[in-house]
Amino acid sequence: MGESIVITSGKGGVGKTTTTANIGTALALLGQKVCLIDTDIGLRNLDVVLGLENRIIFNLIDVIEGRCKLQSALVKDKRFDCLHLLPAAQTSDKNEVTPKAISKLVDELKPDYDYILIDCPAGIEQGYKNAVAGADKAIVISTPEKSSVRDADRIIGLLEQEGLEFAPYLVINRIRKHMMDSGDMLTVDEIVSTLSIELLGIILDDEDVIRASHHGEPVAFQPNTKASISYRNIARRILGESVPLMSFDNDEGIMTKVKKLLGMK
Amino acid sequence: MSESSHFITMKGTNNGIVVYLDDQCSFNSLLKELEEKLQINQASGKTEITLHSQNRYLNEDQRHAIENTIDQYSELTVKSIDSYVITRDEAYDIYENTTVKTVMKTIRSGQIHEVKGDALVIGDVNPGGTVIATGNIFVLGKLRGIAHAGFDGDEGCVVAASYMHPNQIRIASKISRAPDYDVEGSPREFAFVNQSTEQIELEQLQHIQKIRPKLLDVFERGL
Repeated sequence: MGESIVITSGKGGVGKTTTTANIGTALALLGQKVCLIDTDIGLRNLDVVLGLENRIIFNLIDVIEGRCKLQSALVKDKRFDCLHLLPAAQTSDKNEVTPKAISKLVDELKPDYDYILIDCPAGIEQGYKNAVAGADKAIVISTPEKSSVRDADRIIGLLEQEGLEFAPYLVINRIRKHMMDSGDMLTVDEIVSTLSIELLGIILDDEDVIRASHHGEPVAFQPNTKASISYRNIARRILGESVPLMSFDNDEGIMTKVKKLLGMK
Repeated sequence: MSESSHFITMKGTNNGIVVYLDDQCSFNSLLKELEEKLQINQASGKTEITLHSQNRYLNEDQRHAIENTIDQYSELTVKSIDSYVITRDEAYDIYENTTVKTVMKTIRSGQIHEVKGDALVIGDVNPGGTVIATGNIFVLGKLRGIAHAGFDGDEGCVVAASYMHPNQIRIASKISRAPDYDVEGSPREFAFVNQSTEQIELEQLQHIQKIRPKLLDVFERGL
């Protein structure tokens, strides 16, 4: 029986879709069977980030309204057999789906996959309620900006009311080391102390992420960029491994990480 | 007539004259006797008295009837009407307004935690979160949101926090907000309304006994 995880943030543009694509890819790299569900109906992006736009035939609305079977709407990833995508509809809107329908859909997928990642739309309205309905766990994405942290806090409050079995996890995206050092951005410690939930990972603001999205290749697939290592670390933590946080003190990347690993042991 | 005059007893105490009203007779005979007594003994000068209805519950109308009778036939003024009994609702209100309501969670952005009586928050109040209490507010954590103490208008209430860095503090109808420039919070402080400046001020928590010595005297605000 698989586990469903919703990836949400409240605020738009903090990297929910990118994170969903990359954690999905990283989990697939680790040999897990993963299904990604895009619930951002009317504004679908997940397929684009994964480079699967051209392969979509049916979508989530088609499945819910009974126009096709669930299996035929799933798009197989071009890199892995074990990574599937259930795309959102581009022509409908969020009010055509009910939380109950999504919840049923996720339950149907659970026996076939290890992880089901649900990409949530921005906001706290119908789309959010739909996305959260089917989730066992939640990952909240925030950037080190005050507005983003405020919205993440709000979302965590709403998730707590939702009565999930586990407290939500936190991923901090778009970290700029020099701005944190100069005090122009919230630091990781400040964010964690404000939101007081478990930190699942941090991701540096990296041009590689943008470049990879542009080419429809999730960055997690690359062997040694900082962002890809961060995403793969998050995936390992989801699987229950204990992986220390990546250091970003200098630009040596992997060497620094190795040193830190040794230093910690 | 004079043999019926045992429903009303007067006693001098340290707190002035207390008039005990019998609680076994009917209300009408009580009122009648009060009327007669007042007519016979015309008290001279203005004297304050306290009425005590003992185990009889007097409703609003009955209180008015007694007060009107006294007004009509004498110069006496009624300081207060005491009783051994109150209604369940009144008792519940007093209980609600004088007890500490503890919650163990983080009050997050957009959440409003509203209580009657004192609020004790074990956890942080995050920016955008609100705590409202009719009594005092104590935060065992960081207060970074909004705290509104004395919601029903009691300016004697305080807001105390392990770490004070609020968006706003409101006490009764007074509001104070954080300055526009960036400020660091400070540990162990409390906010109160300074009676002379009529403004909300912050002070180190150790001075609370000096500034609000009767903070925990629940019957000060309960009754």
